Amino acid sequence: MFRRNRMTITLFIPCFIDALFPRAGISMVEILERLGHSVVCPEAIACCGQPPFNSGYWEEARTIAGPVLEKLADAEAVVIGSGSCGAMLKNFYPELFANTPQAELAKKVSARTWEFSDFLVSKLGVTDLGAKFPHKVTFHDGCHGLRELGIKAAPRALLGKVRGLEFVELMEESCCGFGGTFSAKFPMISTAMGEVKCAAAAETGADYIISNDSSCLMHIQGLLSRQGSPIKTIHLAEVLNQQ
Amino acid sequence: MSSFVSQFKTLAGEKTRDLRHRQVIRTALRSYEVVRDKRKAAFQSWEFARQAAAETKWEAVNHLDTHLEALVAKLEARGTKVHWASTGAQACAIIAQILRDQKAHSIIKSKAMTSEEIHLNHALEQEGFTVVESDLGEFIVQLRHEPPYHIVFPSMHLTRGEIQDLFQKELGDAPSDSPEELTMVARRVMRQKYLTADVGFTGANFAIAETGMISITENEGNARLTAALPKTMITLLGIEKILPRFADLALFLPMLATAGAGQPMTCYNTMYSGPRQPGECDGPEAWHVVLLDNRRTELLADAEQRDALHCIRCGACLNVCPIFRNVGGHTYGTTYSGPVGSVITPHLRGLQDWKHLSNASSLCGACTEACPVKIDLHHHLLQNRRNASVSEPAFFERLAYKLFSIVANEPKFWSLAKKLGWLTQPLQKAVKGSALDPAKAWTKTRDLPPMPKESFKDWWRNRK
Repeated sequence: MFRRNRMTITLFIPCFIDALFPRAGISMVEILERLGHSVVCPEAIACCGQPPFNSGYWEEARTIAGPVLEKLADAEAVVIGSGSCGAMLKNFYPELFANTPQAELAKKVSARTWEFSDFLVSKLGVTDLGAKFPHKVTFHDGCHGLRELGIKAAPRALLGKVRGLEFVELMEESCCGFGGTFSAKFPMISTAMGEVKCAAAAETGADYIISNDSSCLMHIQGLLSRQGSPIKTIHLAEVLNQQ
Repeated sequence: MSSFVSQFKTLAGEKTRDLRHRQVIRTALRSYEVVRDKRKAAFQSWEFARQAAAETKWEAVNHLDTHLEALVAKLEARGTKVHWASTGAQACAIIAQILRDQKAHSIIKSKAMTSEEIHLNHALEQEGFTVVESDLGEFIVQLRHEPPYHIVFPSMHLTRGEIQDLFQKELGDAPSDSPEELTMVARRVMRQKYLTADVGFTGANFAIAETGMISITENEGNARLTAALPKTMITLLGIEKILPRFADLALFLPMLATAGAGQPMTCYNTMYSGPRQPGECDGPEAWHVVLLDNRRTELLADAEQRDALHCIRCGACLNVCPIFRNVGGHTYGTTYSGPVGSVITPHLRGLQDWKHLSNASSLCGACTEACPVKIDLHHHLLQNRRNASVSEPAFFERLAYKLFSIVANEPKFWSLAKKLGWLTQPLQKAVKGSALDPAKAWTKTRDLPPMPKESFKDWWRNRK
């Protein structure tokens, strides 16, 4: 039934999913293939260049992002399981490459780039993936996905169709405190923000914090683990891939 | 490291560990959010209102020269004396000279962040003048000899118990910790000050070019008394406070009240157009308006960040900022704290000294979303970071990113880095959080995720 409009999807695997959370990437491959699409993954791409970009080192960011653009030049659709890296490609590449020979290419790739949950819901028109996840969960909106890309409804639409899942919203929509290098440059502030997030999650009584951004989950899990909290974190794609 | 950044880090460390502070601020701002959302919903379209406000301020700021000329011509036509101050020191000198000319001794002030910006109270007190703040929050922080904690709520960090203790100590009168009773104590003290003050000093919320009026909004009536009772009135405002038309207030007054305090309208909204005119029975005999630049024109010259001059000082970006909520207003060490302060302070007081405020952000964008005049706040933080690293790159940081870009661009190096990460995991666990741990900034308070042996790319290669 999903075999109409078969696409070749280029999966962009962010560095932290590659090295630390491969299950999230594997789940995305399996889901997209189950939907009848073919998935390619350019192995030579390691990073989108966001760390130097966010630190103000735009020249170094272009050194990384320039080759990325060339490798994605012919992609039909670029799908990223992170709102943060997604925003980098979609919103910041055009700014980073403005007035450079790659300006047009950056705009072209930007237009074809999708965050994973948004791609499923808005592009493929799919919400029910037949997943089963019998747990009480809450959802953390990564700030880049939420505010740079404006994605809020898609993950909720997908989770709404997961069997056995009990969904509780967090009381407040706040940053987890990760912020990339911010977490190392100002660890005390970053930690305090994360503590607020963890406390809000605990208030919901959820067993799992789900997010469409592994980088936020890395921060939240790092705090929960140190606190000895029983709450677990999991990427949205992994939940959707539980059959 | 500049003294400003080390001070910021020290205070941030103290405040983020202060769970009582976190709770006080969170409770105050949670109730703000509830009323703000209720008031936003009363707009037919809050988003349309934001767009309209942003366009109006864009027009005002991009034609600042003509609007300022129009404002001044109208003010002078009704007998107001207008002064231009390029710097804070000049503004202080102008105001001190007016006071000397009037043979004034005491000044009553209503709330004006611009006066905090130029350290007016300190300058006037140095010259022997007595200055009394009449806004209740400002009055409280003045008694504590500290700057305002927040640009709209100067004493929001204090509990009523702390205010009771303060009044008991400083005023010798604090019957209870009830806000009503404490307000009555302050009121009794202040009423005397209004009557004996030689000069009333105010700030301004908006300056209307079309009609030559200064608009002041307040909730306590103190600005009205400040403007009405003393014989001389002085108003200080930044040149960016301009609105082109009187009708613009129809949008900006409810918007400022909604974004700033979750009110439909601020309780008292007054438009001042001149000193007492012939035949009028009240109002000050003389009115001096001091227009302050203090490097605003440098921000005006920066096309990328010029919209930061749209700011109407509502404080909405502070209220939603998770950094502000955790470090508190005083930690910034600036007049304007929170996101907008982090954006403009490098322009007003030097990029290299104040760039750390732009780095002290997770770039979550809650500020940009909250700003009623649509200042692109969190992107300006990114631009400040870029400008700072272009003009004075940090040697080791740039080197680290150069090395990182080599690793990221060469799959063999990237694979090797992952392998090394996996192999050294037991070692990382042994040194976790200690001085030997290269990741101690992270591991002091957080665990690192376990690193799987097989990365995604390994899995991908193996399955093919």
